[in-house]
Amino acid sequence: MSESISLRVNGIDYPVTIDQGRNLLSVIRTEVGLTGTKEGCDDCECGACMVLLDGQPINSCSYLAVQAQGREITTVEGVLQGDALHPLQRNLLEEGGVQCGFCTPGMIMSATALLQRTPAPTEEEVRIGLSGNLCRCTGYSKIVQAVQRTAAELADS
Amino acid sequence: MSFTIARTLDEALAALAAGARPIAGGTDLVVGARHGKAPLPADLVAIDRIPGLAEVTVTAAGITIGAAVSHHTLEGHPLIASTYSALADGSALVGSPATRHVGTLGGNIMNASPAMDTGAGLTVLGAEVELRAQAGSRRVTLADLWTAPGRTSARPDELCVAVHVPTPAPRSGSAYLRLEYRRAMEIAVVGAAAAVTLAPDGSVAAVRVALSAVAPTILSLGGLETLAGGSVNDVAAAVAAAASQQATPISDVRATDHYRRHTVGVMARRAVAAAARRAAGETIAIPVNRSIGIGAAS
Ligand SMILES: Cc1cc2nc3c(=O)[nH]c(=O)nc-3n(C[C@H](O)[C@H](O)[C@H](O)COP(=O)(O)OP(=O)(O)OC[C@H]3O[C@@H](n4cnc5c(N)ncnc54)[C@H](O)[C@@H]3O)c2cc1C
Ligand code: FES
Ligand code: FES
Repeated sequence: MSESISLRVNGIDYPVTIDQGRNLLSVIRTEVGLTGTKEGCDDCECGACMVLLDGQPINSCSYLAVQAQGREITTVEGVLQGDALHPLQRNLLEEGGVQCGFCTPGMIMSATALLQRTPAPTEEEVRIGLSGNLCRCTGYSKIVQAVQRTAAELADS
Repeated sequence: MSFTIARTLDEALAALAAGARPIAGGTDLVVGARHGKAPLPADLVAIDRIPGLAEVTVTAAGITIGAAVSHHTLEGHPLIASTYSALADGSALVGSPATRHVGTLGGNIMNASPAMDTGAGLTVLGAEVELRAQAGSRRVTLADLWTAPGRTSARPDELCVAVHVPTPAPRSGSAYLRLEYRRAMEIAVVGAAAAVTLAPDGSVAAVRVALSAVAPTILSLGGLETLAGGSVNDVAAAVAAAASQQATPISDVRATDHYRRHTVGVMARRAVAAAARRAAGETIAIPVNRSIGIGAAS
């Protein structure tokens, strides 16, 4: 049965009419129309679909969209600072932490949540923070470096 | 079909009485439905926004943990880490940061998987579960709650509202560890929790051990009373033998029964050793799995 609800994504309320079994990922991509969030496994394993719910990471492929009502959803589109890249995005590019880029939006969301709760993470803490995100290209090290460089920059600024 | 977000406990209990199923984080329920394990229930009531259900309260008898408390809260809670360590050790191993943020203690317990990571720790800590329906509430031991893989003795109209854990005796420590092939997004191959109380002379005054993923439900080791008075090393060795003997594991894609039977003894021995170190006052960081180097290095 379809239900009309409102979802708040990146600070904007979107009215959507959806089936109660729909996952948040598909609603963000096809109803809300923001396609930065990716579908990898669609099975709660790879982290490509990671978004923030009230600032905390969730696998949106395996979360019911109706359960996100009344919460703040943040997607990768929401981390841009105006037209400028977020320092994390810039550092991922500069450190070589992006190859095909498919894991990148999810990595950015997990790293954003990590840096919120742990502004100066150790390498181990970064690896644990990103442990729900798979990358088949980079070998992870450059992603970890980019997160640590971002932490250092944000601490200096 | 309906989806209700309960704002009060009464609303949630009324929905259950009318036939709805509770959903907390959905990390078992939704993922299971998407796997085709069981269809998504037609009527769902979300219990993640009920005031008080996600709180940890200190009581005269110990602590009360609301059913909607997340693994993330448990792994980082200072009192749970220091005094109820086996529970924090378990929660810290669940899935990924995302799984731990949305996944709840109530969901882990009520999903009743024999491989669950909080069950063995809660068992050795002597926890009881509070179930509530419109007619009233009752407390059950974990042994009475879990009846088979994925099955509990709770009635469909009963909500798990809290877990009560008694204050451990002085000079006690606990630990949970699991064998895993990866350090994240993993399911226990086998797991073991121990709670140890030391006598003033350093010998073991009491020990309790429970195992995960080696029986249809979490397995509480029997016959350990006779070990009281032994040294930590002797008790750990005897526990290892008892664990391998009492386990009734199956073979599946993750491991053979033979391998599980052997490794659960190793895990049980290490759990006793870690619990005894904590009982002696040593701080071993949560989760003990990382601190003693189980799981492939990153
Ligand atoms: C990628 C991934 C990795 C995981 N890794 C682990 C792991 O390492 N270790 C581990 O133990 N688990 C793991 N899990 C399983 C799961 O995350 C945990 O069991 C979690 O604690 C479930 O909580 P939940 O709130 O999401 O439960 P839900 O999915 O919301 O509910 C689970 C079941 O319990 C019922 N229920 C929920 N709350 C209550 C309540 N208060 N009263 C009565 N019934 C209730 C629901 O109706 C449902 O049947 C993993 C899951 C995923 C998707
Ligand atoms: S698409 Fe959600 S975890 Fe892979
Ligand atoms: S850059 Fe290709 S998957 Fe990570």
